[in-house]
Amino acid sequence: MVAIPLLDISDLTVEFGTRRGIVRAVEKVDFTVAKGETVGIVGESGSGKSVTSYAVMRILDRAGRIADGSITFSGIDIRSADEAYMRDLRGREISMIFQNPRAALNPIRKVGRQLEDVLLRHVQAVPSNAKEKAIDLLNQVRISRPEERYHAYPFELSGGMCQRIVFALALACRPQLLIADEPTTGLDATTQKAVMDLVVELTRARGMSTILITHDLGLAAAYCDKVIVMERGKVVETAPSGSIFKDPQHPYTRKLMRATPRPGITLRDLLPATDEEPPASSVVVMDGKPLLSVRDLVKEYPRQGAGATLASLFGKKAADAAPFRAVGGISFDVMRGESVGLVGESGCGKSTTSMMIMRLLDPTSGSIQFNGVDIGGLAAKSFAAHPMRPKIQMVFQDPTDSLNPRYTAARAISDPILRMGGGQSAAQVRARCEELARLVGLPGDLLDRFPHQLSGGQKARVGIARAIALDPDLVVLDEPTAALDVSVQAIVLNLLQELKERLSMSYLFVSHDLHVVHLLCDRVIVMRNGAIVEQGSADRVLSHPEHEYTRELLAAVPTPPV
Amino acid sequence: MSASTIPDAAAPAGSQRLAPIKSLFSHARYIVGDNPVTGLSFGLFMLFLVCALIGPYLVPHDPLASDTMAALQRPSLRHLFGTDQLGRDIFSRVIVATRLDMTIAISSVALVFVLGGLAGIAAGFYGGWTDRIVGRIGDTIMAFPLFVLAMGIVAALGNTVTNIVIATAIINFPLYARLARAEANVRREAGFVQAARLTGNSDARILLTQIMPNILPIMMVQMSLTMGYAILNAAGLSFIGLGVRPPTPEWGIMVAEGSAFIVSGEWWIALFPGLTLMLAVFCFNLLGDGLRDIVDPLRRT
Repeated sequence: MVAIPLLDISDLTVEFGTRRGIVRAVEKVDFTVAKGETVGIVGESGSGKSVTSYAVMRILDRAGRIADGSITFSGIDIRSADEAYMRDLRGREISMIFQNPRAALNPIRKVGRQLEDVLLRHVQAVPSNAKEKAIDLLNQVRISRPEERYHAYPFELSGGMCQRIVFALALACRPQLLIADEPTTGLDATTQKAVMDLVVELTRARGMSTILITHDLGLAAAYCDKVIVMERGKVVETAPSGSIFKDPQHPYTRKLMRATPRPGITLRDLLPATDEEPPASSVVVMDGKPLLSVRDLVKEYPRQGAGATLASLFGKKAADAAPFRAVGGISFDVMRGESVGLVGESGCGKSTTSMMIMRLLDPTSGSIQFNGVDIGGLAAKSFAAHPMRPKIQMVFQDPTDSLNPRYTAARAISDPILRMGGGQSAAQVRARCEELARLVGLPGDLLDRFPHQLSGGQKARVGIARAIALDPDLVVLDEPTAALDVSVQAIVLNLLQELKERLSMSYLFVSHDLHVVHLLCDRVIVMRNGAIVEQGSADRVLSHPEHEYTRELLAAVPTPPV
Repeated sequence: MSASTIPDAAAPAGSQRLAPIKSLFSHARYIVGDNPVTGLSFGLFMLFLVCALIGPYLVPHDPLASDTMAALQRPSLRHLFGTDQLGRDIFSRVIVATRLDMTIAISSVALVFVLGGLAGIAAGFYGGWTDRIVGRIGDTIMAFPLFVLAMGIVAALGNTVTNIVIATAIINFPLYARLARAEANVRREAGFVQAARLTGNSDARILLTQIMPNILPIMMVQMSLTMGYAILNAAGLSFIGLGVRPPTPEWGIMVAEGSAFIVSGEWWIALFPGLTLMLAVFCFNLLGDGLRDIVDPLRRT
């Protein structure tokens, strides 16, 4: 006798009515989730993985509708259930946690109160014991000092802690099915590990089923029993997580797997296999003098408090509270033609360091020598007109945020040429623009499009083209691929490597992902709490980490069962 | 360089330049189709525009010619909106008044758009003292009852149309400055602003070329909303006898003149200018949302 699955989706088709006609976001999707099973749905953006889960919860946008197929949840037909019934089902039987935990919490209500609201709404508690139950829930999701945290507001808690609260909210009514939509995207690797371990452990203990939606094949394989791979609205492969890495059947799964950075491979391995020989990497010329030399760099921020604000209002010096040290006296060099990785978790000071090197932020003390000139002492304000400006450029983390939504791609790329390229004619600028577009692999006909008409990878290319427009010596890459799908990331990383060799630039690669850093960088600097804990060649640091913290970081990266 | 090469070179450039305009039109059509209320407000706006531009040539009667024999006549085919106490045709006067009311509204809104917008953007972008000064000026203006302030300004500066424009601009200043400040403040640390710093843009240039275009759509909505308010304000000032003087046709004055006759049953003298005034304000309020949808590229999917 075959056990009846908890959730049975068959032939599910979801359509969206848009301006350009009907778009099928999900097409003929079939899968089941058994009781107690953890199922991972993996796919890149636009693959329909989130839409599928929204259809299960029946929370599709106004424009979307389930066109065909059936969804059966423990014997109930979800498609035809009435709205009042669905409201009851959501939260009590099926819970969902979303990507951004802060957005899911009410910012002006204490987290304990929010837990109580859910408990009371679904009659899991009465007002007299609600607080007790809420604290018990906080305990279960491993929040230390729960009595104290009960009174905390979401902004007082870290991202990982907020996600745990959201998780507690989802668990409050003992649902049978938990849908987690990219629950750890945007969290640090160590936090991700802690949250995911907790999810798996608690769902096992309660006999719950979980659907984990993620773009990270490694994460899904490490934490799920079964992995479903989706591409463009269709399921391309369903396999137990143990076998999907050993024996991927579908070419798309293989492509995804190749593109996932992992130990022991080269950048070239990320791309689909081709017959052509990889271009022989040119020998990097490293003369003795460093291109960038940072010495005892410090950035301090005054502590903000009511007293300090009041004091400054009256023109007095702020109270004697010790300032907050974002960066505490770090020193390192970047050689010509070298790429150096700056690794650490959020809040370690890596972004502050890169902003100071970019001269967008004034350091409190210390020196930044670039090409033998101390640029650290020049005010960030006046640096825009400095002749060194074009020589240090940056590729930003979020390709969408870093492009002006009202400028076309060509306008964005030509901005540095117009400002600092010395009076060139419009035709010359355009020609240079097209040359740069070719260099970064951006089709020329996309140059006249606005950012919102470009894909994530195309926007990243525009950002890179803008950064290299004036042949910089040093490019700071601030997590340039963090917002991209793995297959796009693979292409962009290869592009960066190729450009570096062709244009003989140096990179300072700021990232939290050790594997990605390993692929691109010669040397790695690991930062924590504003200080460097370890630096050395990339191979050495990643294979034989000396510092405890580096080992911890490496261990937190999800590894699929092999 | 022969002259024959010029048209050849101009042709592709011309069609390229036309393409965005064409797409703007098709976009406008989509927005109007999507939201009939916006379409209605656009229609009304066009009507007002025609009246303002060529109204004086369209009207059946001279708006200033009095005819005591035909005084206080009810609306009829000859006088669509009836006649006033001096026998002037109200329909013609209402149409002709459009130009004056629109001129006051548009110029005051344009003035405050430039002054308030720039001050607000600078305040939001630079912060510090710029912010404090602009903010306190706004607060000071807001501390007065705005209509009374406008009355005071017109009374102090002199009873002219120019001063009505200035007064209306001043009382709207805080609205614009605060909106622009908030929007600029949000974008101050945006990635594309940082990127513009790296490409060698000075602060002033970033303000004008990077931040300003992104704030324009929101300012457009604000302009359209305050346009209705400006018309109302101008009419209100004339109603109490400031600014425009009789016998100039102006909606506020006409309502004021007609109000004396309502008790004696001649309702049409005040009603029709009042209705037109209401329609104009209504039209501009609706127009705001429609405008935003058209100028905001993020909505163009």
